[in-house]
Amino acid sequence: MHGPDTAVDVHDLSRTFGSFIAVDKISLQVAKGEIFGFLGPNGAGKSTTIRMLCGLLMPTGGGGTVGGYDVRTEPEAVKNVIGYMSQKFSLYDDLTVEENINFFGGVYRVPRDKKESRKAWVLEMAGIGDKKSVLTGTLPTGFKQRLALGCAVLHEPPVLFLDEPTSGVDPLSRRSFWNLIREMAESGTTIFVTTHHMEEADYCDRLALIYKGRIIAEGAPMELRQHYMKRDILEIEADKTVEALEVLLREGVDNAIFGSTLHATVEDAETSARRIREVLESSGIAVERIEKVMPSLEDVFVTLIEAS
Amino acid sequence: MFERIKYLAIKEFIQLFRDRKRRVLIIISPLIQLFLFGYVATLDVDNVSTALLDLDRSQESRELVRRMEASGYFTITNRPASQKESGYLLDKGAVLVAIQIDNGFSKDIKRKAAPAQLQVLVDGTDSNSALIAMSHVASIVGRFSHDLAAPATINAPQTDFRTRVWYNPDLKSRNFLLPGVIALIMLLTCLMTTSMAVVREREIGTIEQLMVTPIRPLELVLAKMSPSAAIGFGQMILVTAVGVLWFHVPIKGSLPFLFLCTGVYLLSILGIGLFISTISKTQQQAMMASFFFFQPTVLLSGFVTPIENMPLGFQYVTYFSPLRYFLVIVRGIFLKGVGLDVLWPQVLALLLLGVAIFALSAMRFKKRLA
Repeated sequence: MHGPDTAVDVHDLSRTFGSFIAVDKISLQVAKGEIFGFLGPNGAGKSTTIRMLCGLLMPTGGGGTVGGYDVRTEPEAVKNVIGYMSQKFSLYDDLTVEENINFFGGVYRVPRDKKESRKAWVLEMAGIGDKKSVLTGTLPTGFKQRLALGCAVLHEPPVLFLDEPTSGVDPLSRRSFWNLIREMAESGTTIFVTTHHMEEADYCDRLALIYKGRIIAEGAPMELRQHYMKRDILEIEADKTVEALEVLLREGVDNAIFGSTLHATVEDAETSARRIREVLESSGIAVERIEKVMPSLEDVFVTLIEAS
Repeated sequence: MFERIKYLAIKEFIQLFRDRKRRVLIIISPLIQLFLFGYVATLDVDNVSTALLDLDRSQESRELVRRMEASGYFTITNRPASQKESGYLLDKGAVLVAIQIDNGFSKDIKRKAAPAQLQVLVDGTDSNSALIAMSHVASIVGRFSHDLAAPATINAPQTDFRTRVWYNPDLKSRNFLLPGVIALIMLLTCLMTTSMAVVREREIGTIEQLMVTPIRPLELVLAKMSPSAAIGFGQMILVTAVGVLWFHVPIKGSLPFLFLCTGVYLLSILGIGLFISTISKTQQQAMMASFFFFQPTVLLSGFVTPIENMPLGFQYVTYFSPLRYFLVIVRGIFLKGVGLDVLWPQVLALLLLGVAIFALSAMRFKKRLA
């Protein structure tokens, strides 16, 4: 996956701060047009990695290219081919919507003849065509987020970095945001996204999990579920969910409420299912359904982090 | 590069003038300061309240008092009946000067045996005013005795003492202070607008967004400075215009030269402002730091107190105050009408200081960004 079809290609990328190793020899390849999810708990090295990929921070070891430019020797060129949007919606609240668009169009040097059409595109994409002269600070969060995205891609960058782009945004806006991202990827933009929301990881084509500066797992969401999850997940539907939870916990079964059902993590689905049914029914709880389900990515990552 | 600077600068101007509080700070506050300095802060000693205890009541004593009142420096506000009452008036602060002419004053003058005695008590709490009042008394009394002596001894050896004041012939402290006020107002406002323009981005987190754009640190610095520089020039024009047209401060030198020197002076201020932005995390900190720099810079500049009167160690420190040089320059331009031929040492020093401060701050700024 090297060569002209690779948007991000780094090898043994490392960064130390004094004696602290923030990022430890990570290698990543992201194909053009791919949505690549970069996950990990706080302090795992996510931001440090992104900062190096964006040309903001010099790696202390390893290196590679982003958008075809060397992150060590051509950081300024890298900045011209990337878009960047963070959780903080880095727009100017005291500028109007249009002034923000003009500003970012100016610093990204959008060609004069394209400026108007790009502006119209951003306004339409964010759904604020009639709010050009409104102060950005007064927009609802969801609109602001999409305006920030629009400003970050005014210059149509081949690679787009999104750093926790949906935190603080309501679920509906989040969904429409991801639809936008999907459209951009389909038109050839490479998306590199970090997120905390595990359900969002499913929107990605491929994922990498970083923990303590190292990548501990990598693959498509489905692959990760099948490959890394050694234990089975049982979904239990019973008439008294909370009582059932307590009964099972007393029996030493690791389980938690998942919607209106319970999810139990067990070694073997077949034998455990039988035992759980017996235990619950002997306590007077009617069991409607017990079945083995696909583990969520959250289950996978918790297991992986506990194992490492 | 210029395209990016242009858009950054446009953004800075919009933000600066959109906020009403900042507009007030920039336009109203210099005018308030100017009028305060123009009307209130005067170092002149005129119409001093004076107590007179004339125990002689002669033609001579009345002549002396008449001359004092005619000078305009003294106004006889009280005529106490006793020396004790004079002392009480001084204690109370009702008068600054108490004059006592003892009985026998005129007799002594006529006999020419012993020098005639005159007692002047001055309230020295405000040492500066006291000194000035004393020197006024001394010159009036000197003139008085000179005139008394003249008819009698035509050929007596004498010194004809005539002073002529150059540059500010009326010795108006306003003419001395107002050009300096220009320098002061520019210093405070530009320090704050520069440092806050940078820190604001850091505080709200937009600096991160700017850093991932192709904007280079030097472009950012130049764009951030441009509104402050514009404000600096704008205030200079505003304050000069009001000073000259309203307060009738003379301006004898060349205006283009004043502009040039203002530009050189701004280099130092913007440099210090940039430096403050590298040590401040929030806008409040930037504002505090600006005041922290402002106070010593003013005290060590010779704005009110002459540098020659400071302890030697502090005199050396004043060489690092850009205000020190600029004050000499503006006063030179306004009052003396001198140009580069006289002021080149100050202009050169200011330029070197400005380039050094600006370069160091820009380097520090760049390092802080990375």
